[in-house]
Amino acid sequence: MTERRSLPVLQDGDPGREPDCEAAATPPPGMSRRTFLRTAAAGAGLAALTACNVEEMLRKHLHQLSPEELQALLRRVERKNSERFGRAVTVSAEGPRPGVEFGYGLDLSRCVGCRRCVYACVKENNQSRRNPQIHWIKVLEMDKAHGVDLVHADAYYEAETVPRPGHFYMPVQCQQCRNPPCVKVCPTKATWKEEDGIVVIDSDWCIGCRCCMSACPYGARHFNWAEPQLPASELNPQTHLLGNRPRPKGVVEKCTFCIQRTRRGLYPACVEACPVGARKFGNLLDPESEIRKVMETKRVFVFKEELATQPHFYYFYAT
Amino acid sequence: MRRAFEFVAGCARLVTRGNRAYFAWLAVLGVAIAIGALGYAHQFRTGLIATNMRDQVSWAFYVGNFTFLVGVAAAAVLLVIPAYVYEWGPIKEVVILGELLAISAITMCLLFILVDMGRPDRFLHVIPLLGTPNWPRSLLTWDALVLNGYLALNLAVVLHILWKAYHGEHYSKRVVVPLVLLSIPAAVSIHTVTAFLYNGMASRPFWNASILAPRFLASAFCSGPAVMLVLFQVLRRYAGFPIKDEAIFKVAELMAYAMFVNLFLLGAELFKEYYSATEHLRYTQYLWSGLGEHRALVKYAWTSLACSVVAFVLFLVPRTRRSFVTLNLGCVLIWVGVYIEKGIGLIIPGMTPDTLGEIYEYTPTFTEWSIAAGIFGVGFLVFTLLVKIAVPILQGSFRARGAPAPDADPRAPLAASAH
Repeated sequence: MTERRSLPVLQDGDPGREPDCEAAATPPPGMSRRTFLRTAAAGAGLAALTACNVEEMLRKHLHQLSPEELQALLRRVERKNSERFGRAVTVSAEGPRPGVEFGYGLDLSRCVGCRRCVYACVKENNQSRRNPQIHWIKVLEMDKAHGVDLVHADAYYEAETVPRPGHFYMPVQCQQCRNPPCVKVCPTKATWKEEDGIVVIDSDWCIGCRCCMSACPYGARHFNWAEPQLPASELNPQTHLLGNRPRPKGVVEKCTFCIQRTRRGLYPACVEACPVGARKFGNLLDPESEIRKVMETKRVFVFKEELATQPHFYYFYAT
Repeated sequence: MRRAFEFVAGCARLVTRGNRAYFAWLAVLGVAIAIGALGYAHQFRTGLIATNMRDQVSWAFYVGNFTFLVGVAAAAVLLVIPAYVYEWGPIKEVVILGELLAISAITMCLLFILVDMGRPDRFLHVIPLLGTPNWPRSLLTWDALVLNGYLALNLAVVLHILWKAYHGEHYSKRVVVPLVLLSIPAAVSIHTVTAFLYNGMASRPFWNASILAPRFLASAFCSGPAVMLVLFQVLRRYAGFPIKDEAIFKVAELMAYAMFVNLFLLGAELFKEYYSATEHLRYTQYLWSGLGEHRALVKYAWTSLACSVVAFVLFLVPRTRRSFVTLNLGCVLIWVGVYIEKGIGLIIPGMTPDTLGEIYEYTPTFTEWSIAAGIFGVGFLVFTLLVKIAVPILQGSFRARGAPAPDADPRAPLAASAH
């Protein structure tokens, strides 16, 4: 068994590269549109469902699957989710691109605390909408008098208008650490860091022990305490196996820098949603990228640097 | 094959006969197990939302109980050391009872982990070859390894000694002595690895202190023997176990020293936190004085400290140590004190406030209490049945057909096997 540390790295010319996030029911590579629709629409009977569960139980770790087995897995997850939501769902396992290491910048002097990023993320990434609602981004309201100080942080501020006088706002999400404590503690290798720096979870492999939640210094990991409530009408049908595909009850989930978007060259949903341009994103290995420009012209810092997690997520004050 | 069947039938006879108190005890355990089963059925259906754990406090009551019971399992066997050093007569009995208690405690530990898992159906993913254990990096895989190893070790020793005694033979020293010697570092390792599970989390300053593992061992040396002391008295009274008063008082004395070390380490921790008064102090404050209106743990923290201090004094003063009333009171106080300290007093403040400074006040739900009651029911049932079988075997009243008859004096074989 050879262990890979990432999904297979995409080479130029691989299928599924077009940045086409609106067309919801794009057939996944290697499957004709008709086959796909037929599978999705017809659904499978009880027998197929049972077979599916047994298959799931006997499944190997993602890193041990052959390309054919991976394709079969993708089709199976597509079929299952299409049935569950009564809509065509695509599941991709698009790998990291060579020469890409993602970096994120957040301008604390621009953020106004409107939480549009929070809800854009919920919508894009198929989080549970209620009982309980899951947010991958937490916006902390802080006192200007105290600076960045968690003792005086409030994630539950309610305001007619933001920013409120005397306060500033610090959104926190997965910092995609280069040295992720959550990955180290996972007993089943259900979570790992991909080559482009994104820390992912295979929600089929997670046993729900929540060691990673204890280990994460940023509160970035969230558990499905109950069956996630995701109405079919609100589903984002274009999903990634390690990202926004709907999760079951009893497993951990997290921000993946919108892996389903960013690996296709799109911005994460939170970057697009930000009305004040506080969020920057790009390839750290590309000197011309937005994030590199930020790091060149501003002074950045990382959150809880004393823990040596070395995040791919940088905060800065642009003004 | 027929011999094994006879043995099983004999065991069944033993556990289905007893006086009224025995059956009343079984009934109590049965009720606890039934309540636990109902609670778990509810939790299995609705998910862990049936508990009061949330993202902020993502480990709580179950994990706290697990931690406490690892200590019980470890310390029961560690009694072998003083039993050997001080040359108590019935060392074999001390070993067997300690190991039976360890087996029951580990059973409860594994059950508490199982009910805490979001996807218990996927437990195979941690098993070598079948799954992908993240060994050696993940401390939880280490914990699974040492706990199961320790369980196997104890089962092997107990089965060997009992099987031999059942056939009227002396156990093989070549098998038992190395295994018992091995079980001593194994007992230390299960508690150390469990401490490291929390200790290694840099994100939780309350746990990220190197004093954690030593404190675990010190408190375990109190809680494990507390159970054993009560048990010694019960067995001495009802089963004629020849355990001398001196042995019991000696254990109590050792417990006083262990409690002293535990309290000293606690003091060292409190000094460091309060004197340096960094932002890490907040977790300690949450436990001992509360943060603003958030005071859920304060009463437990002080109850635990009071119990531990009183028990320490009771066990330290020779007069109270040598009176069975105050001795047993001390055992109960230690049990309560350490249960709080190693349970909710360790896990909850580790996670309150959470890593982003939020204070979520956790208290267990009824479902969590019922599942815990059920697991303790299973553990005590396992222990009761094991003792019910082991005692007659050790005393020679339960023997294989054709095995040499026990000596006239039922105490003789025990004494003979002392060294």
